[in-house]
Amino acid sequence: MSSDVMAIQSAVAAGRPWTEVLHEWVTTVNHKRLGVLYILYALFFLVIGGIEAIIMRIQLMHPHNDFVSPQVFNRMFTMPGTTMIFFVAMPILFGFANYLVPLMIGARDMAFPRLNAFSFWLTAFGGLLLYFSFLGGSGLYGAGNAPDVGWWAYAPLASRAFSPGHSSDYWTISLLVSGFGSIGTAINIIATIISMRCPGMKLSRMPLLAWLNLVMSGMVLLAITPLSAAQLMLLVDRYLGGHFFDTQAGGSATLWMHFFWIFGHPEVYVLIIPCFAFVSEIIPVFSRKPIFGYPVMVGATVCIAFVSMSVWAHHMFTIGMNSYANSFFTITTMAVGVPTGIKIFNWLGTMWGGKIQFKTPMLFCIGFLFQFLIAGLTGIMLASSPFDWQLSGSYFVVAHFHYVIVGGILFALFGAFYYWYPKITGRMLNERLGKLHFWMFLIGFHLTFDLMHIPGLLGMPRRIYTYEPGRGWDTLNFLVTIGAFIQGIATLVFVANLVISYFKGAKAGNDPWDAWTLEWSVSSPPPAYNFASIPTVASRRPLWDLKHPEDPDSRYE
Amino acid sequence: MRMDETMCKADWRIIVSRVAGVLVLLVGVLLAARMCMASPHDNPVPSIFEPHSTPAESIRHLSHFVLGITGLIFLVVFCLLSYVVVKFRNHVGDSKREPGQVYGSTQIELAWTIIPILIVVVLFLVTARVIHAIQDAPRPAEAVEVTAIGHQFWWEFRYPTLGIVTANELHVPVSDSAHPTPTFLKLLSADTDHSFWIPQLAGKTDLIPNRVNETWIDPHETGLFLGQCAQYCGTQHAKMLLRVYVDNPEQFAAWVSAQGQPANQDEKEAAGRHVFETTACLNCHAVGGTNGTGRFGPDLTHLMSRHTLASGAAENTPENLRLWIENPDAIKPGSLMPAMKLSDGDLDALVRFLETLR
Amino acid sequence: MACLIIAEAAIFTIFVVAYIYYVGKSLSGPTPGKVLETPIFYTICLLSSSLTIHFAGKLLERGRQGAFLLFWLLTIALGALFLYGTGQEWHRLIYEHGLTISTNLFGTTYYSLVGLHAFHVSAGLIMLSIVVLFGIAGRVGPEQSARIDVLSMYWHFVDAVWVVVFTVVYVLGR
Repeated sequence: MSSDVMAIQSAVAAGRPWTEVLHEWVTTVNHKRLGVLYILYALFFLVIGGIEAIIMRIQLMHPHNDFVSPQVFNRMFTMPGTTMIFFVAMPILFGFANYLVPLMIGARDMAFPRLNAFSFWLTAFGGLLLYFSFLGGSGLYGAGNAPDVGWWAYAPLASRAFSPGHSSDYWTISLLVSGFGSIGTAINIIATIISMRCPGMKLSRMPLLAWLNLVMSGMVLLAITPLSAAQLMLLVDRYLGGHFFDTQAGGSATLWMHFFWIFGHPEVYVLIIPCFAFVSEIIPVFSRKPIFGYPVMVGATVCIAFVSMSVWAHHMFTIGMNSYANSFFTITTMAVGVPTGIKIFNWLGTMWGGKIQFKTPMLFCIGFLFQFLIAGLTGIMLASSPFDWQLSGSYFVVAHFHYVIVGGILFALFGAFYYWYPKITGRMLNERLGKLHFWMFLIGFHLTFDLMHIPGLLGMPRRIYTYEPGRGWDTLNFLVTIGAFIQGIATLVFVANLVISYFKGAKAGNDPWDAWTLEWSVSSPPPAYNFASIPTVASRRPLWDLKHPEDPDSRYE
Repeated sequence: MRMDETMCKADWRIIVSRVAGVLVLLVGVLLAARMCMASPHDNPVPSIFEPHSTPAESIRHLSHFVLGITGLIFLVVFCLLSYVVVKFRNHVGDSKREPGQVYGSTQIELAWTIIPILIVVVLFLVTARVIHAIQDAPRPAEAVEVTAIGHQFWWEFRYPTLGIVTANELHVPVSDSAHPTPTFLKLLSADTDHSFWIPQLAGKTDLIPNRVNETWIDPHETGLFLGQCAQYCGTQHAKMLLRVYVDNPEQFAAWVSAQGQPANQDEKEAAGRHVFETTACLNCHAVGGTNGTGRFGPDLTHLMSRHTLASGAAENTPENLRLWIENPDAIKPGSLMPAMKLSDGDLDALVRFLETLR
Repeated sequence: MACLIIAEAAIFTIFVVAYIYYVGKSLSGPTPGKVLETPIFYTICLLSSSLTIHFAGKLLERGRQGAFLLFWLLTIALGALFLYGTGQEWHRLIYEHGLTISTNLFGTTYYSLVGLHAFHVSAGLIMLSIVVLFGIAGRVGPEQSARIDVLSMYWHFVDAVWVVVFTVVYVLGR
């Protein structure tokens, strides 16, 4: 049935002018198309952000290098940080959620398709606005251009007095706009999951990906909004002469820090929880066992969501809070490590006793486990506030968060790409190129980010465009840069794989991985209406029940 | 349903890569350790694992404990991961049967919840003790008091009880445990956020406008200790360097009395002093014995007692001094010192005058 | 709508926190105790509009479209009256006491918080007015009750926020 549909679709598609195709994509409200748009948008910015990062690393290869001026360098570290978080990670995770959640819960689309499209275009516009600043940001004294205040835009550095021109405004407004887009998508995801599950899919039978996106969306509602509020306040300060963060009028620089990190810390959990979701779907399939401890996995995630709202000031241990405050945030930060550790054990438990197949998605997930473990442990080190008094603001922290974001989030994302690309496009990604990508990226990643911890321990602070020779940082920085190049090349291999396989990859069929959730029951790519008839489910792995009628999951749940 | 052939070698390569990763880390650590073994008086490598002051030492002890625990956790989980990856890999030629479907196990899950909670409690208690020891340390009567004010992009140091004002290079007395003479610093900022970080002497503390922070150091060894600003404060954050000279009691007393002297009045350089007093220099800089009382830039009364210029950006030589006044962007692009646009003759006279300010 | 309310509640919470944090910290300029007059009448207007919108919804469910429209218009009138009152108060503060958003910390936080609320009231009034237009055109019947309920939820939220703002600014903050 599905092949006939595809034949009809391609026959119709063959003779259409490209303007019509473009128009269809721009005006779409279909969750799958929007998901793909989000993902392509994010990939584009991933490459741009990566180039900015490599420019930084070239500048830091040698002490007193002059590849770029300090002004350009300071823009270089502001932009990739902002870009990667808001215009790569958030969109790509929303993109996957958009694509997969309705399919996995047996729905035809999201609850609010037009809001979905609107949110996407808001986010897209925000990104374009931020990058327009390179062209149009000049203001007083030509002192504008891209923002250069760091992705936290600490007051009072971001106030009118210290950032004349419009560069900081571009930062503020573009993030405000895309923040509203994120809130829209979060509302959509929650509404869809709560009200559009297929018959038989109680909340306790939802795939973990749906659960974790539900938790993530709830956190978005409570985490992005403080940033929006703080940005509104910053705009009031900059344009209406307000004094929220104006220290000369009695305003408080630390208030901005609190508001920013009340957003900032839950934000990083917002980013990692969908990645936990990917890993929780991929590892069971390639170990041929169900996820170990499903209820605890859900419970641990909810726990993480709550506790992570209370740890924000661990980014502020050095600002001189009193010892009780420092102790409080130490314990909450260490506490959030417990449910996270539990999840790692559950994944190991899933693999234990299984029959592990080392396809590319699984390789990336194993890499994720290893790296997330290390990142979590360096996080515990940073949680201990006296230790943090030495490590904060240094390259140790930079290494830690890149370990989580690149070693954790990006690896999980790569795994998700290799796993769901067949479903989205109908073709398999090339397995050899995939393995090449994995190994190259792994080597480059470890070369860069393992070594990067050390200059931090040796006193190298972050956000410096150059450094003094002879402090023991020279060789390490050089090697770190080499690793960055290797990762860049690996990413190009990946992009090439995406493109080549689209045209020449092997046909995937409905279910190339022998998996168990609902999206694998429809054709690849799925028809616009997803399911010919809405399915009814009786367990967490409906396809397992179908394939193993003698031993269905519904007997054990 | 397809189940393709699986790689048996892939798992070994995974193990090898993991071990390689760990080895890379170890190599790096050893490299770093070797670089740390500089002569104790130089301290060119500001490593946090080479402390010479009580707060930094407490932190190092704590860090050993934390590293030990996290290292242990890492080993346990890494071994589990490696074991799983090797033992439970799918063999080519295996029956196509699915393995036993296990959904969970309450006892195991309870165990791996309770044990981490206990670890966290222990870690926290140890950490809390150190927090209080450092932050709530009592101040002895013989402590030296310094007020540090962060500017874009230099450090102002005032010794209120000793009546000294200087910049960028801090002198403190060595403190021995029998008669401790620590230095307590009040941290203020004149513009944006900065952070005072000398890794070998203490953890960092931020300087935030409209807020007074405090920190303290009690160095046990004489010598020069390096650090720099650790909170992004603008274009030249990278070159806002710190030099702390820990002096023995005689050296410190000599320095204090030299700093307390009025400015050197050398009649030969009256021309240069005239240039200083009649151009915009004195809007920003103060020099004792002249009309200059500006506070925006560093106090230059004893400029020649410092080893570096521009907060560590250049060595204090006549050539660098001349270049700094003529074109600061050549040394520190984006700093707030303007190019003074003096004629060559004026510039030379000014430099000669400044060279007399010992 | 529940999700949107949660998100908006978070935004308002941050502004309230900022307001409370800065109470008493203005270095100069007019202070709350001296210039604020408690807007009791206008608060009653706004809170009663919650009642009227509630009745309007109930009437619609029972199919009494005419009465629904009447109560709906009453809601709009009460909301507009509240906005007028806010405008009047701001006029007095600016021209008689010289308090603007840039005068001091009190000015900044007060105008931001009350202004944000007023903005949400205005947005609500616009949405309510659109419903009036549909209603006059005869398109609002009992089948639309669920959607009217959603809008009522938003309006109730706006009122609840005012209760908090009122307490913080006019009762506690002085």
